Amino acid sequence: MKIKHLKNVLLVAFTMVFISSCSDNDDAPNNEPDFSGTFVQADQMGRPAVNTVFVSSTSKDIFNVTTPSEQGAIFQNMFQTNLEALSPAFANAGDKNALGQDATTFTGLLATDVLGVSTTGTTTFFDGTNVLTGRTLADDVISVELLLIFGGEDGTENPGLTDDNVDANDKPFLTSFPYLASPW
Amino acid sequence: MRKSKNVIWILGILLTGITLVAADHIDAPAVSGGTSDITDYFAFQAENSNNLVFAANVQGLLSPNAASTAAFNENVLVEFNIDNNGDTIEDLVIQAIPRNGKMYFFGPFAPPTTGLNSTIQTAATLSIVDITPYGSTAITTSNQGMSFFAGPRDDPFFFDFGQFNEILAGNASGFNNPGTDTFAGTNVLSIVVEIPKNMLGGNGTLNTWVETKTN
Repeated sequence: MKIKHLKNVLLVAFTMVFISSCSDNDDAPNNEPDFSGTFVQADQMGRPAVNTVFVSSTSKDIFNVTTPSEQGAIFQNMFQTNLEALSPAFANAGDKNALGQDATTFTGLLATDVLGVSTTGTTTFFDGTNVLTGRTLADDVISVELLLIFGGEDGTENPGLTDDNVDANDKPFLTSFPYLASPW
Repeated sequence: MRKSKNVIWILGILLTGITLVAADHIDAPAVSGGTSDITDYFAFQAENSNNLVFAANVQGLLSPNAASTAAFNENVLVEFNIDNNGDTIEDLVIQAIPRNGKMYFFGPFAPPTTGLNSTIQTAATLSIVDITPYGSTAITTSNQGMSFFAGPRDDPFFFDFGQFNEILAGNASGFNNPGTDTFAGTNVLSIVVEIPKNMLGGNGTLNTWVETKTN
């Protein structure tokens, strides 16, 4: 951490030298925007609703400033405790979700909050066949997560909790870039 | 708005110790409702199957009126992170930061340092797009096979968040059918990048995530 900090200080110092030498040698007015400075992490996100569902209230800020490569070791236990408290489908030892994951495996996956994306095939959060190969705009990610949290081994447990019955966006998406719909 | 948000937080804390808010909207006290608050993140194959799309949204729950005046914060850097060798440490990043009505994109490039602190790599590939004003047709630019957009969009997230909170509060035993999309009619500020897959490396699978960083 200290070495990282030192590097940043050095970078800032070099950047400042570079900028001042530029303007010294430049007779024309400098209209280039200023991009100097160190930017410090505020928020991060991989998969939807992970911080909001699985991280305890007092740890949500810390989760946002823990790099993904360190999240699993720090947060998996908390995720498992919160999952088992939240869902009757994980209340008993040996309980699994529809992907065959027990509480430890499921929360071990979720605690490292990155979104896997395929570069060779279908990209989807879940389409009945492919699992976590990306996330499209139309993917009903909440219902997938509800099913995996509350649905138990075959997806039939707690039927009132496994689908919010909002299955699509309120505006159609575009087929071409930039894909998201125009604002209301 | 602030009051109802507080009520929701208090209910969640009192009854479960867990608060489900949304995809990532207002997910944590330090960023809640501010200009660095990520609401959502998407990564998917583009219309052209040789490309991937990364989309990051910030500043959620904007009414049409709020969206007409909302602006990206020039002190908030948005970074797309790409791990192409499976260690969940970024090998490539794409940086996006607004200046004077334009969004400046740097990258993709291999960052000199990874982790929580970043400097903007002005030596990396630079692409610039005008931030689309509210009510205008989407303004996009292309550079080196990549496409870029920044501006207000409909929030693509959908969820009956109201009923979920009723369940958490013990006032309901399950969801309604049909449910009610709490995010209907609301907007976000979006940053969208389309990029050729062959610029990202990897062996078929990437780990990706988005960060906001402030100075």
